Amino acid sequence: MLGDGILKGMAETARNFFGSYVSKERLTTVEYPEQRIPTAENARVFPFLVYDGTDWEAGMRCVACQICEKECPPKCIYIEKSADKKPDFVGKPQFYPARFDIDISVCMSCQICVEVCPFEAIKMDTQFELATDDRFGGLLEDRQKLAKSNEYYHSIHPTEAAEVDARLAEEKAKVEAKAKAAAEASAAKAAAASSPTPPAAPPAKTEGGS
Amino acid sequence: MSANPFFVDLDQIFVLLRNWLVGFLPAGLRPAAAALLGVIAIVCVFPGLFALTTVFERKGLGRIQNRLGPNRVGPYGLFQPIADGIKSLTKEDIVPLSANAAVHFLAPLALVVTVFMGFAVLPMGRNMVLVDMDSGLLFFFAMGAATELSVFMAGWSSRNKYSLLGAMRAVAQMISYEVVLLLSSVAVVMITGSLSLTKIVAAQDQYTGIFPHWYIFTPWGLAGFLMYAIAATAETNRSPFDLPEGESELVAGYHTEYSGFKFALFFLGEYLAMFSISGLGTTLFLGGWSAPLSFLQFIPSWISFLSGCAEHCPACAKTS
Amino acid sequence: MSVVETKAERVTGWNRPPVIEPDGEGELLEVAMGPHHPSTHGVFRMDVALDGERVIRLKPVFGYLHRNHEKIAEGASYLASMPYTDRLDYFCSLTNNWAYALAVEKLAGQPVPERAEYIRVILAELTRIQNHASSIGFLIQEMGASGTPLMYAFKEREKILDLFESLTGSRMMCNYMRFGGCRVDVSAPWLDATRKVVAGLPAFVDEFEALLSSNEILMARCQGVGILRPELAVNAGVSGPMLRASGVNYDIRKVDHYGIYDRFQFRIPLGDHGDIYDRYMVRVLEMRESIRILEQALRDLPAGPIMDAKAKIRGFRPKPGEAYGRIEAPKGELGFYLISDGGPNPYRYRVRPPSLINLTVLEDMCLGHNVADVVLIFGSVDIVLGEVDR
Repeated sequence: MLGDGILKGMAETARNFFGSYVSKERLTTVEYPEQRIPTAENARVFPFLVYDGTDWEAGMRCVACQICEKECPPKCIYIEKSADKKPDFVGKPQFYPARFDIDISVCMSCQICVEVCPFEAIKMDTQFELATDDRFGGLLEDRQKLAKSNEYYHSIHPTEAAEVDARLAEEKAKVEAKAKAAAEASAAKAAAASSPTPPAAPPAKTEGGS
Repeated sequence: MSANPFFVDLDQIFVLLRNWLVGFLPAGLRPAAAALLGVIAIVCVFPGLFALTTVFERKGLGRIQNRLGPNRVGPYGLFQPIADGIKSLTKEDIVPLSANAAVHFLAPLALVVTVFMGFAVLPMGRNMVLVDMDSGLLFFFAMGAATELSVFMAGWSSRNKYSLLGAMRAVAQMISYEVVLLLSSVAVVMITGSLSLTKIVAAQDQYTGIFPHWYIFTPWGLAGFLMYAIAATAETNRSPFDLPEGESELVAGYHTEYSGFKFALFFLGEYLAMFSISGLGTTLFLGGWSAPLSFLQFIPSWISFLSGCAEHCPACAKTS
Repeated sequence: MSVVETKAERVTGWNRPPVIEPDGEGELLEVAMGPHHPSTHGVFRMDVALDGERVIRLKPVFGYLHRNHEKIAEGASYLASMPYTDRLDYFCSLTNNWAYALAVEKLAGQPVPERAEYIRVILAELTRIQNHASSIGFLIQEMGASGTPLMYAFKEREKILDLFESLTGSRMMCNYMRFGGCRVDVSAPWLDATRKVVAGLPAFVDEFEALLSSNEILMARCQGVGILRPELAVNAGVSGPMLRASGVNYDIRKVDHYGIYDRFQFRIPLGDHGDIYDRYMVRVLEMRESIRILEQALRDLPAGPIMDAKAKIRGFRPKPGEAYGRIEAPKGELGFYLISDGGPNPYRYRVRPPSLINLTVLEDMCLGHNVADVVLIFGSVDIVLGEVDR
């Protein structure tokens, strides 16, 4: 019959029309901003710097190795190394970034900086409501704005943060075990040697990060 | 005719209202004032219906597409047309530099004015015709032809190739479907023996048993009604006859270069044309203001007319 | 109002003599269906010369979205180019990633573990489904359908994009494939969610077809319009659903046997006429075949590593040489040609975009048709400007 294709199509749209009053499947609107879809756990928007503890400057994991700056495809990271060093999570003195700027208007959220960071210092945030009307500096985030705590990292990416913490704890345990072994060895050597000269314990070889 | 005085008054409520208002004026001014009140009523009611139609169309389309339509402005989005109206009034009015400014300005006016004049001959209820002409049908079709002129004026004056293409298509389409429109109403005219719309409705306001003498229940009337429905959709450039507007290839066809209030006037004119052609279809084939069944004659006549329009309108509504 | 005069001799840049002669006297109407247009799938211009409504000449003009992708890749490392490939055909970022990863793996001789290959197939077929659904939706929207099939297609696409987001972190710019495997492993909850989505897909395709395939208006507007002869298609290098709709049996998944496509049973739909309706039907049928592949892949996914043990992320310097890696992207043959000189950056990086090559036959398909048909034919080629202009 001429026209039955159109009628079949109209039956389909009628089914959607009436279905939209009864089933959630047929009315998929989420009325933002009153309702929101929970973000997926792995979602990535822009990077942030993780710090352990409560002091963002002292606890920042970043050691200014500048690997992320080199690997960033659009080159949106700008790092200035500090002149002095501060101890990292295993106690070894490391550089820290005196400046760490990310221009998030350039950043394309590719996550390569996270992949290549050897110190688990930079991770991806999930906040996307960052619009500002300051065109020239409003989207340039400095290290203070970028620094967010490890607890925050746990809250947005729980699985990943747990894995990272486990890995860091393992490393720290390895380093401490090695230090203990070296200290015991040097103490044993000092006890074995009966010379009046005070035995100088060789400094424990630590590896901070792979 | 129901003997219940309440329903008689309800049926004639607008006539009584008009007579009461006009009674305040001296006798010499009364006919003019009566006509003026009728005009005001038409100018207020039908654009109001247009506003409601746009909201319901958008919400209906939204539901078909598994989403909500507009729902922020007012309860269920019913005040959306007010927001749209304010928006279109406050937008910058852009006229292309090389456009023919006078014709560009007159085109939307010509459209809206001729469409409103078409409403003047439609009998919307018992004794509720603005102008009772002997050749009302001819006048209505003449106004429809003037509508086509305004579309062409818009396309030509914009000095834009898209508009020109759209205007050419619109003129070709509307002229072709005019023929169908007229021929489908010839059957009605032949039966009634008159071009006057009030006489056509009066001829349908008789009942055999419970069934009315509506022309759609006759075989020639039914054929005429189907043809009329299709031709009416084509006359008003609605889907699937909307190639003159051609959203996908011609951006907006003949009203590409219009912005702000003039665009709103085109929109208004298109929808009002839809209502008036539906009104004419109701008058010719669905008995105008006469009730669908003999025991339903207590329903006020203007409600029967509006419901006839509403039944006819979906035929012109945008298909998905 | 004056109409631009167009005589055959005075038109510059259009070297071919007109194939269709305009009938009657008068001048041709030159319209630039310009970069600012609701239906050109991006910023793309078509200069058409019309005789009334018929197309006498058509010249595509592109380059409005050129972003120096190939030159940037020469200055960036191989890994840094991967997120840029997402943005080539921005609808199908995972297949772009795969094509580039394939080319680099060929260049460096890098093997890929089996689990990673299965994951790649799953993601590529999901990408194919959402691309074909959206492309059909856009085609129908251009016919004037107020966007209803588009909204239905996007409803399914949202489910697939949610899967991508929970796996790769981003809905569209996935940046997921690496040289030697994939970036992160799929988890069991993700596989369950994928199985649920795939289980709902046949019903969606059925609904889609019920709405569209026997629609008389669609058939009247699409059958017999924009016919592409198979000889011309092969000579012009056309690939993908356009080629198969013209009846040429060439699908790179079957021809090149890349990845592990040999292990899956699926058919290749072919068209008879090469018109718009055939392209539409080929895409719908390809969606159904993709569902079959997905079911098989999800069933057979083995355990194992997702990244080759010897693969390097940083300091990746393939030996000097050249390689051309190509896959069957949803739009056609997407190829990457790489020349390495031993350094960390490629010496030459070239993308073979299917959309661009498919566009070269646009004029031949549109001659003699009306302006309204031009938009439909253009929509049935299914291009993305990110790929055309790079």
